Amino acid sequence: MSSTLPPRIRRARLLELAFGLFGLLLPGAAAFTLLVLMFDLVRSGLPHLDWDFLSAFPSRRPERAGILPAWVGSLAILSVTAALAVPLGVAAGLYLEAYAPRGAFTRLVEVNIANLAGVPSILYGLLGLALFVDGLGLGASILSAAMVLALLILPVVIVATREALRAVPRTLWEAAYALGADRRQTLLRFVLPAAAPGILTGVIVALSRAVGETAPLVAVGALSFIAFLPPSPLRPEPPYVDAEWLFSPFTALSIQMFGWLSRPQPAFHELAAAAGVVLLALALLINALAIVLRLRARRLAP
Amino acid sequence: MPSVGAEGLSSFAPSAGFLRRRRLLAGLFAALLWAAAALSVLITLAIVAVLIGESLPFLEEVGLSAVLLDTVWTPLFAEPRYGIWALVAGTLTTTLIALALALPAGLALALYLCEYAPPRLREAAKPVLELLAAVPTVVYGYFALLVVTPLLQGLIPGLPPFNMLAAGLVLGVMILPYAVSLSEDALRAVPRELREAAYALGFTRLQTGLGVMLPAARSGIVSAFLLALARAMGETMVVTLAAGQNPRFTFNPLEGAATMTAYIVQVSFGDVPYGSRAYRSLFVVALGLFLCTFAVNLLATLLSRKRSHRGA
Repeated sequence: MSSTLPPRIRRARLLELAFGLFGLLLPGAAAFTLLVLMFDLVRSGLPHLDWDFLSAFPSRRPERAGILPAWVGSLAILSVTAALAVPLGVAAGLYLEAYAPRGAFTRLVEVNIANLAGVPSILYGLLGLALFVDGLGLGASILSAAMVLALLILPVVIVATREALRAVPRTLWEAAYALGADRRQTLLRFVLPAAAPGILTGVIVALSRAVGETAPLVAVGALSFIAFLPPSPLRPEPPYVDAEWLFSPFTALSIQMFGWLSRPQPAFHELAAAAGVVLLALALLINALAIVLRLRARRLAP
Repeated sequence: MPSVGAEGLSSFAPSAGFLRRRRLLAGLFAALLWAAAALSVLITLAIVAVLIGESLPFLEEVGLSAVLLDTVWTPLFAEPRYGIWALVAGTLTTTLIALALALPAGLALALYLCEYAPPRLREAAKPVLELLAAVPTVVYGYFALLVVTPLLQGLIPGLPPFNMLAAGLVLGVMILPYAVSLSEDALRAVPRELREAAYALGFTRLQTGLGVMLPAARSGIVSAFLLALARAMGETMVVTLAAGQNPRFTFNPLEGAATMTAYIVQVSFGDVPYGSRAYRSLFVVALGLFLCTFAVNLLATLLSRKRSHRGA
């Protein structure tokens, strides 16, 4: 019967079918490509992945090299980054959603945040080099690196905070106001706790990006060969805590991987693959956590 | 019924001291939040100030024409030359290769997800795209250098180990999730009446997608790809690792050439003395990169604003 249709329509149907198949193939092809790439990374890296690799310092001899300072550095930088970016980002998000009057300043801030998200990450690194490393004299330290990454993820945290606040039902605000709470009390005791899961998800996504960043850390002076750990944040005598580690020279997993990749010897490339497996696993794990959190929040929502 | 007297009520009323404290805290809180929001503007100002402040002395010393009217970039040689076009060429070539891959693939994927895919597949695609976007760029650099380049060398004999083709292709894969998810948003913003009208006229899904949805979402999609383009220009690790670190004025994808970002990484990976010529040259290149990405981003913002004005 379809053979009686005009050829124009037959052609349209054929194309329609063809694109449907092509569309099915395309995500498949993308997934396949990615799997091949991952497979290659894991195949080269996995033989090196053992406890010795995780607990050894880098070395000129590939068979003895490890990533201990790298993952310790990554975790240290990430925790300081979060400690800086979360309060600042949430505060700015709160201001824009709950306080900002309609006006030139608010528009400026909004346009600016959108623009900041488009600034290449390496430029944040150079800002850090001029401002934190040399300007404030913090040196190529964990603190400088964390400050740069905090600035980098600030727009993401602000946007996530605003979206989470907007998702809180208006009735909750109004109920709090009706009970006599002022704006600060309403925000801190009712709205912010209700928005917390959404904010947390956004923060985690932002941190998963931060953990993989390499270029800005290179710019603020990361080292790819460090044979010591930052000093411990704890001390046996009062006051028991010590901030010395913040000013320690640093490396990170991404930097370690980059450093090994920049060497010509294939043995170091295998080490880079192993570091890459750890880095990728870390980034994907953090991201998967955010996805799970979001799905759960959506299921719990009315 | 027991009545509550005036004194009974007033014992529930907050004391004057409590109200004063509360007002004070409210003001303090609002000021803190304002400061946090203002900080974000300060960051932009600081970036611009640092880039201009650090490169002005350099530009005054060598002259703007030495930077803009030359194609050889050898600032660290004994006889330095500062033709920034050598680095811009690398950035442009790798970015255009990335776009040549990401544009058709991204459009097709977005169209498929929006017009064809069953809702379940569409729901599944979002987290997958997000996970893809979370792969660290240095890992993509590994792929470009150690997987894609050897593969291409099998196809193209004589391809050097550092080449812009492999870097550009991997860059394209990298910006693909970003381009897809932004174009999908643009397609989704098209009023459904348009699609339904097309179906009512007997359009197939492909005809609807190509003939109605894409034109209707045109400015949003162009802006999506401009944003992706800006991201590719600012990307660092893939091009540093795979395209090499040799500044060369060439648009040949089969050669290696340093990009603006690669130069910054190469120089700052060593120890750069504060205020030295190498230090200043970093900021000149960074200023160039900032201007390039800013122009592209600005164009994207203007385009998407045009769309929202039309109310499409």
